[in-house]
Amino acid sequence: MNHWLSTILILLPLGGALVIAVAPLTAYWLGSLAALVSLAEVGFWIKSATNFDFGSTSLQFAQNRSWFSDLHVSYHVGQYAFSLWLVGVTVVVMAACTIYGWWAGRDRARAYFALMLFLTGAIVGVFTAQDLLLFYAFFEAMLIPLYVLIGVWGGADRLRATITFVVYTVIGSLLMLAAIIVYGLQQGTFDLTKMGPSSSTWLFLGFVVAFAIKSPLFPLHGWLPGTYREAPPEVSAVLSGIVSKAGLYGLLRIAIAKFPTVAHDWRYVLLVLASISLVYGSLLAFRAPDFRGVVMYSSLAQSGLIVLGLFAFNDLGFDGAVLQMVNHALISASLFLLAGMVERRTSTGEFALLGGMARNRPVLATVVMTTGIIALAVPLSTSFAGEFLILAGVFQQGWAWAAIGAAGMVLAAMYMLRAISGVLHQEPGPAVSESALDLRLGELAVVLPLVLCLIGLSAWPNLISQRAFGGGHARTAIVQGLGK
Amino acid sequence: MIHKPHIDWFAISPSLALLAAAGTLLMIAVFVPARPRRAVAACTGFLGFAAAFAFAVLLDVKSAHGATIVHDALYRDRWAALAQVLIAGSGAVAVLISYRERMRDEHVAEYYALLAAAGAGMAFFVQASNLMTLFLGLEWFSIALYVLTAIDIDLIGSLEAGLKYLIVGAVGSATLLFGSALVYGTTGELSFDKIGAAGHGHDSMLVVGLAMIIAGLAFKSSAAPFHMWTPDAYQGAPTPVTAFMASATKIAALVVTYRVLTVGFPQDEHLWRYAIAVIACISLAWGNIGALVQRNVKRILAYSSVSHAGFMLIAVAAASPLGERALMYYLIPYSAMSLGAFAVVAARERELGVPVTLQNLAGFGWERPFLGVSMWVFMLGMLGFPLTGGFIGKFYVFAAAYDHGFWWLIVAGVIATMISAYYYLGIVRAMYFRDAVELQLAPAGGSPPRELLLGVGVLICVGVTAGSFFAVQPLIDVARSAASALPF
Repeated sequence: MNHWLSTILILLPLGGALVIAVAPLTAYWLGSLAALVSLAEVGFWIKSATNFDFGSTSLQFAQNRSWFSDLHVSYHVGQYAFSLWLVGVTVVVMAACTIYGWWAGRDRARAYFALMLFLTGAIVGVFTAQDLLLFYAFFEAMLIPLYVLIGVWGGADRLRATITFVVYTVIGSLLMLAAIIVYGLQQGTFDLTKMGPSSSTWLFLGFVVAFAIKSPLFPLHGWLPGTYREAPPEVSAVLSGIVSKAGLYGLLRIAIAKFPTVAHDWRYVLLVLASISLVYGSLLAFRAPDFRGVVMYSSLAQSGLIVLGLFAFNDLGFDGAVLQMVNHALISASLFLLAGMVERRTSTGEFALLGGMARNRPVLATVVMTTGIIALAVPLSTSFAGEFLILAGVFQQGWAWAAIGAAGMVLAAMYMLRAISGVLHQEPGPAVSESALDLRLGELAVVLPLVLCLIGLSAWPNLISQRAFGGGHARTAIVQGLGK
Repeated sequence: MIHKPHIDWFAISPSLALLAAAGTLLMIAVFVPARPRRAVAACTGFLGFAAAFAFAVLLDVKSAHGATIVHDALYRDRWAALAQVLIAGSGAVAVLISYRERMRDEHVAEYYALLAAAGAGMAFFVQASNLMTLFLGLEWFSIALYVLTAIDIDLIGSLEAGLKYLIVGAVGSATLLFGSALVYGTTGELSFDKIGAAGHGHDSMLVVGLAMIIAGLAFKSSAAPFHMWTPDAYQGAPTPVTAFMASATKIAALVVTYRVLTVGFPQDEHLWRYAIAVIACISLAWGNIGALVQRNVKRILAYSSVSHAGFMLIAVAAASPLGERALMYYLIPYSAMSLGAFAVVAARERELGVPVTLQNLAGFGWERPFLGVSMWVFMLGMLGFPLTGGFIGKFYVFAAAYDHGFWWLIVAGVIATMISAYYYLGIVRAMYFRDAVELQLAPAGGSPPRELLLGVGVLICVGVTAGSFFAVQPLIDVARSAASALPF
């Protein structure tokens, strides 16, 4: 059973998508079926987490079948400890978002739920693929449902948003495809576990650009504002929570592990870009006029912070980066969902029209407050642990990087508190009517698990930070284990 | 006294089956009364293509060792047989798409007769082993296609397209013929292998002849800058004919181009490699940029077929065992995608009664979920996205280019793909992201007709497009054994 677990995690949602596409059911039952499948997915992940041997640095739940032999491409899937955590946060967030879509009663339910499940399968595929071409196939496959989810269920300006989104992503991924072909043919195999390290700067840059667009990283974040604002809230949650992690995962799994010397030589470029993303993103978030704007630019800042951790090139940085990836996935998914819930009540996210929502709405206030507080990395929270590890790691590269990172934390407190107070406190805004309801049970059922995960991790961040790379030295595990 | 050569009837059975069907269809046109004629004719046409398909498969199985037959006029090998399988398959699907096409009752049997005759000509063409049979096959299927393009005589556009195709096509044929004459004049040989063995590699007359042969064949594969007829002919021809032209003509022309170059002109390899590479780049640029500004979906697909010719010519330029496999593999999903895409266009066209544009495609995806999703699959396939064979095809073509050291062709292909994302996804956008209500379009004449046969055709195309992504290994094995017939 064990070696099937990765395959099951990929195929279960894809199969579910297929069933939903043809099953003769009403919208409500299609939604329940999708919710059920996404919960079953979480169940299978829990099963794999309990069966996982965290003491080992080797690939687990692996399955390897030849796909086409003349170019040595195979269907090879499996999970390392850090990919297990990313898969976990994927299935949890996707379940929350699918159920939110069900609760919100998205029209054209058949297409909607089929695409959400398809997306789940594709993302899990990205995190588990151990063959470079298979990785690329899943990486591209993510774009298909996202394109339609934004284009059909998005806001008024969705057409332009989808075009920008696609142009950026396709440019990035085709550069990556060219790099993959050259790298794979040079190595004589496309199997990530067999490919040796390369010292080609061009190939490294091909991969880095693709991943930096996905993450996103300054200056390749141009698709971000339109897309995150126009997408339905649960799709923005998936984009910023999970899909961006695919880019960061790629940086770790391929750009760093397979090009260790080039990555090391280029670390200052990446560190500078990451610092700019962090500071610039935070400042934009502080100036953003709406709730979603804050969350979306804060994800730019956070992905800058995570890249700081990755290119610190030491155990602390890597451990912190993985922990922070999981944290940020949960935080930004919750915040986007909450932004959607606020918009549902007031039909706007603009701070000028919002305010005072805490009055008579204790549940909403509590949940927004808790998530916001964790997001601004208050001590004792899991994001504090993650950011602290990253700062400690990047400090070893030079104190200035750590100073920039610390400035980012201060800025995070500023923009997050501004957002919280803009929504919850002050006088009730013109868009907030007396009759706007508190969080309903259905909404609570969607957000609360995410927030509880965050609180749980705050109590025990070691669960991830010590178990991301087989309990040993992260740097050794990446450069020697993953890089071969 | 003329010696009658020994004729291997089995080796030419695909052509013969289609010719028999064409003959029968001409009889049907005369003897079968008007009312059942449409059904009988379509059935006969389909049976002809199905028989050709079956014979071609048998031929493929039984021709492990390539040979020339009928006095070295034709090849009997797997390279030709596999191309015949694809051509016959495309033809059979084209018949399914054609069934409900609006056309005059008195033309219906002739239509299928011409379709079968064109198929027979292509099946003959891909077997050609000397310059005579090459030209004969080319003219055979071209003339049938000229008439097919213009068959809808009630439409000015169709006549115009037919005339354009005829004139430009005739220039192409003449170029090929002139080139053949020069090559024959230099070497004194007609058959490809003897031309190759004659050793006149760097003779300037031979090189000019080679250039003209390449140009003549490029007219047929609609590679830029020899593609001028393509958008007009594709737009004006009845859509099922366009579907057949886009897939089968391209298969035939590219397969033959590859064979002629590698067998006939191995000494000028360095020349034609670069010539083809340049044509590929021009096709990629022109096809994709041309498609960007089009509103008519058939024209978009026509320009896209120019760009796909470019992609496949990359594999020809990188002539190698990998390049051969890449070409043959690419043709499989490509023919399915272009047939299917035109089939969907045909369905929309019949629904609206007007040419399909990006504008009136609005809401189509929601009204006809099956056709919408299929079109989506075809567009993603042409774009080279995963879960379709188009992705693997592009991957193979790029791998072949890299393998030969043509890394700049990968760059060209990657840039072309980036540009093409705009219009392929533009079609998806037009189908799904805008409602018909929003644009106040009403389908002509009530609820759309349900077309079972067209649906089956589209389903087959979706099956091949998606199936070729998963079943890469068996298809590559087939392509490999086909390529073993060639010298490179």
